[in-house]
Amino acid sequence: MEYFVQQLVNGLTLGSIYGLIAIGYTMVYGIIGMINFAHGDIFMLGGFAALITFLILTSVFVGLPVVLLLLVMIIAAMLTASLWNWTIEKMAYRPLRGSFRLAPLITAIGMSITLSNFIQVTQGPRNKPIPPMVSSVYNVFGIAISLKQIIIMVLTVVLLAIFWYVVNKTALGRAQRATEQDRKMAALLGIDVDRTISVTFIMGASLAAVAGTMYLMYYGVTVFTDGFIPGVKAFTAAVLGGIGSLPGAVLGGMLIGLIESLWSAYFTIDYKDVATFSILAIVLIFKPSGILGRPEVEKV
Amino acid sequence: MSNISNTHESAGGNLTARALREGVFAGLVSLGLFVLFVGLETTQNIRNELVLNQRWGLLAIFVAVAAVGRFLMVAYIRPRLEARKASASAKPVTEEQEGFFRRNFSKIAIAFLLVYPFIAVAIFGVQGSLKWVDNFGIQILIYVMLAWGLNIVVGLAGLLDLGYVAFYAVGAYSYALLSQQFGLSFWALLPLAGILAAFWGIILGFPVLRLKGDYLAIVTLAFGEIIRLVLINWTDVTRGTFGVSGIPKASVFGIWSFDVGAPNYFAKAFGLPMSSAYYKIFLFYLILALALLTAYVTIRLRRMPIGRAWEALREDEIACRSLGINTVTTKLTAFATGAMFGGFAGSFFAVRQGFVSPESFVFLESAIILSIVVLGGMGSLVGIAIAAVVMVGGTELLREMTFLKAIFGPDFTPELYRMLIFGLAMVVVMVWKPRGFVGSREPTAFLKERKAVSSSFTTEGHG
Repeated sequence: MEYFVQQLVNGLTLGSIYGLIAIGYTMVYGIIGMINFAHGDIFMLGGFAALITFLILTSVFVGLPVVLLLLVMIIAAMLTASLWNWTIEKMAYRPLRGSFRLAPLITAIGMSITLSNFIQVTQGPRNKPIPPMVSSVYNVFGIAISLKQIIIMVLTVVLLAIFWYVVNKTALGRAQRATEQDRKMAALLGIDVDRTISVTFIMGASLAAVAGTMYLMYYGVTVFTDGFIPGVKAFTAAVLGGIGSLPGAVLGGMLIGLIESLWSAYFTIDYKDVATFSILAIVLIFKPSGILGRPEVEKV
Repeated sequence: MSNISNTHESAGGNLTARALREGVFAGLVSLGLFVLFVGLETTQNIRNELVLNQRWGLLAIFVAVAAVGRFLMVAYIRPRLEARKASASAKPVTEEQEGFFRRNFSKIAIAFLLVYPFIAVAIFGVQGSLKWVDNFGIQILIYVMLAWGLNIVVGLAGLLDLGYVAFYAVGAYSYALLSQQFGLSFWALLPLAGILAAFWGIILGFPVLRLKGDYLAIVTLAFGEIIRLVLINWTDVTRGTFGVSGIPKASVFGIWSFDVGAPNYFAKAFGLPMSSAYYKIFLFYLILALALLTAYVTIRLRRMPIGRAWEALREDEIACRSLGINTVTTKLTAFATGAMFGGFAGSFFAVRQGFVSPESFVFLESAIILSIVVLGGMGSLVGIAIAAVVMVGGTELLREMTFLKAIFGPDFTPELYRMLIFGLAMVVVMVWKPRGFVGSREPTAFLKERKAVSSSFTTEGHG
């Protein structure tokens, strides 16, 4: 039983990270109907920005408190990743809006290849390990919960609360929801659609950057190829929860995290990615609208 | 960056001021983009700790290029392009007669490919031709064949497949394992590999029949990854990440062999000096024949009912169904036919390398093949071949550019930049020509004369 709860905690930690990345996929898909294939690499880019900031801070200010260190890392990662995603949307995706269906997907794949190879060229192909930042582990009723896991889960909850508020209660969020429902009508009513889409990309990238920072903190290592597998898993999470649905993305992320850690705990660890991919295939085949998604109505 | 305000500014000074403003803005943005990644480098020191290495000069170059580039773009290039566009649209459109070269492009290309190895041997000698025949000829032709195979699924039937490399892997492993276990020859296993891959195409195609567009793409991606992960983890059969090595060579229909020790060794039979180049030249003709077979089958199939059904399915699935076309068998035959050619190419790959490992069948390969199909113009065989030459040949060419070392210093390795440039080229070509290099479609059925349909009139189906 304790083993099971332990795996549950591990799974929820992982799920928080996937959920944060999945929001970026689901928002972009909701608003312009494209799979932003480069989103996983934005997550990786955020992780690298955090890594470099960590190295700057630890070499310049020795003995900085960990809270401050993490905060600065997260902010630097968010700024860098947002700027990247904003630029990419402007240069690569916007000219293709309204073009044929495959064009943005191909461009996004090209962008994903570009980003990971850009990091490989500028930062080198090796694994980048950092010394552990937080190492305390608490023992609650025989279950080991590390401070890292608590930070990740608390931060995820806080970010989701802020995010929920922005989308549901502010003028910006209203504009986003309106653009998602009917872009032309929203433009007619005076909403700056281009700006709304840019903001969506920035929001998605910020959340992915936080996820990247926490991924770095949790595993203590990052590498330029790290965008692909977490990216595909987060996309699986978005699809599982129902693409276009924000609560769905978080729910899907948690489920994928749980499935992954429980599978590794009770079955073979070798096939844990196969399990995730199989779930993706099964969900798409039997319930393409996901758990919380609206079914697509086909119009002739 | 801010190309939202596209109002014409007549005064030249105004334009320069705007260009300056935008140039500075672009410089600031690129500073933000590159300051952490280009300005600083993470390297390991002797104690294996990460340390930062400062590269501010390089960062300054990046920022300067962005700022100056943007300034020139806004101040000079864009007004000139707009002026040209205005003058071009003022001129009446005249029908241009296609030149001899354009009309007979494919015949000339095939003739050139037939003599290509001999040209390479004549120029670089027997041993020197190896590189040109192998790295350029065979490498490009493999991608041409794969892209033509995938074109049946994506270009003709309109089914977006991101896991095509799975069938390539099935073909490669079929040949590698069956030839080692049972000692069967290449010529016996080539059709078998194709059949096995087609079989997998049906197995994987069956569950995804209901899916459309992007969803289909993601499920096929998942299947591709599952097959690769199984190849890695099923170590009893596939030897996992170590791969299968020592795969036997192909022979010229069993008459001449390329194994040096064999009594019917090719060079000995013809009294030629020993060289590995003959095998490569033989492989070149083999892949050329396979690729041409793919093209021939595609062209013929397009005129058969099944080919017509594929193209109809691509344009409108609902209309297809209401006209009584069985979409299930139509989609499955497309998957199976495409997969079969992937299987052929895979067994050729195994024969050429003599070694297969899951490393060769990563998602990136699928992405490359798909991008060649899309960049080539989806459905146009010539366009796809051109795209393969440009994208694969271009990046291969980068390996040859040793003179760049003289410019950027001795530890500059152009190969490192191969995939970076490939990715950037994908984006640039897509933004510049969203319909690909050859963006028009030749209709298969026509009333009086065959007229190319501009791709801006065609819409992709949602199959």
